[in-house]
Amino acid sequence: MQRVLAEANARGAIAVHRLSVAIGELAGVEPELLASAYTLVKDNGLCDGSALDIHRVPARWACRDCGIEVARGEILRCPACSAPARLLSGDEILLERIEMEVP
Amino acid sequence: MCDTCGCGDTHLVPVEVQDKVLAHNDRLAAHNREHFQECGVLAVNLMGSPGSGKTAILEATAHAFRGTRKLMALAGDLATDYDARRLEAAGITALSITTGSACHLDAEMVHRALHDFPWRDADFLFVENVGNLVCPAVYDLGQAVNVVALSVTEGPDKPLKYPVMFRKADLVLLTKVDLLPHLPEVSLAAFEDAVARTMPEARVLPLAAAKGEGLSAWLDWLEARRRSPS
Repeated sequence: MQRVLAEANARGAIAVHRLSVAIGELAGVEPELLASAYTLVKDNGLCDGSALDIHRVPARWACRDCGIEVARGEILRCPACSAPARLLSGDEILLERIEMEVP
Repeated sequence: MCDTCGCGDTHLVPVEVQDKVLAHNDRLAAHNREHFQECGVLAVNLMGSPGSGKTAILEATAHAFRGTRKLMALAGDLATDYDARRLEAAGITALSITTGSACHLDAEMVHRALHDFPWRDADFLFVENVGNLVCPAVYDLGQAVNVVALSVTEGPDKPLKYPVMFRKADLVLLTKVDLLPHLPEVSLAAFEDAVARTMPEARVLPLAAAKGEGLSAWLDWLEARRRSPS
């Protein structure tokens, strides 16, 4: 919220309409709970009428050497060369975009 | 004002941010990490369920390292300082971080605790996180390594149910393995398989802390990480 208000104030916004956040499957954040928490914290003026869009990002793993993707639920090693996999996406907790109303 | 006709209408403006929500915690964690690295202290974030054996691991570790390595610990606990007292009794310089209703430690809590603590004299600084298989994994504390304690009685499905925690682990200590003979439906191989599906460089060390079994491999792992923390 601090970042949102800082961005809004820097642009002289009169209201924040929408926040977009990305939540990875392995981020440890439950989107429904985040949405419900947001309804409690947003009542502070600028964000009062704002919506929260949550964009869920699935976990994707791939071989760190050759890039071949590891299928969901499989052992996290490359199916071709057995090197350990690395996470391509799915651990993010990102504030992506703020939609605000400016004069 | 509207640029087109000067009517005074407001505009909707999308502002791209792409900012990590936990950026503040990550900055503080990086600060803690710098401190630890400068002083040659290996900081170990020890996580696991309530009752998985985190405190018992540290007691056994202190016993095995007695006279050779200086161990210190910060113990995160919701309501008591029992763990810190147990650790002190085992010869570990320990401080309790009482979190109240918070289910995890964050970098700021650790940083505050360091101010009142002689951590620079430690060879190993263990941060015994709050007993919880979910939230502690989300918050970087500035540790060099993450170790997850998983007891055999919790069952081999736990890594699959709590992948967020196990993905972050550098090592899984499978505790209470002396109970395996009493658990005919559970096998070591089942734990290893589940860990390999959630942890990319899977490493599981079986341990029975109360009996001292498996300790030497754990101590070797700690010493190796202390020599090359990353």
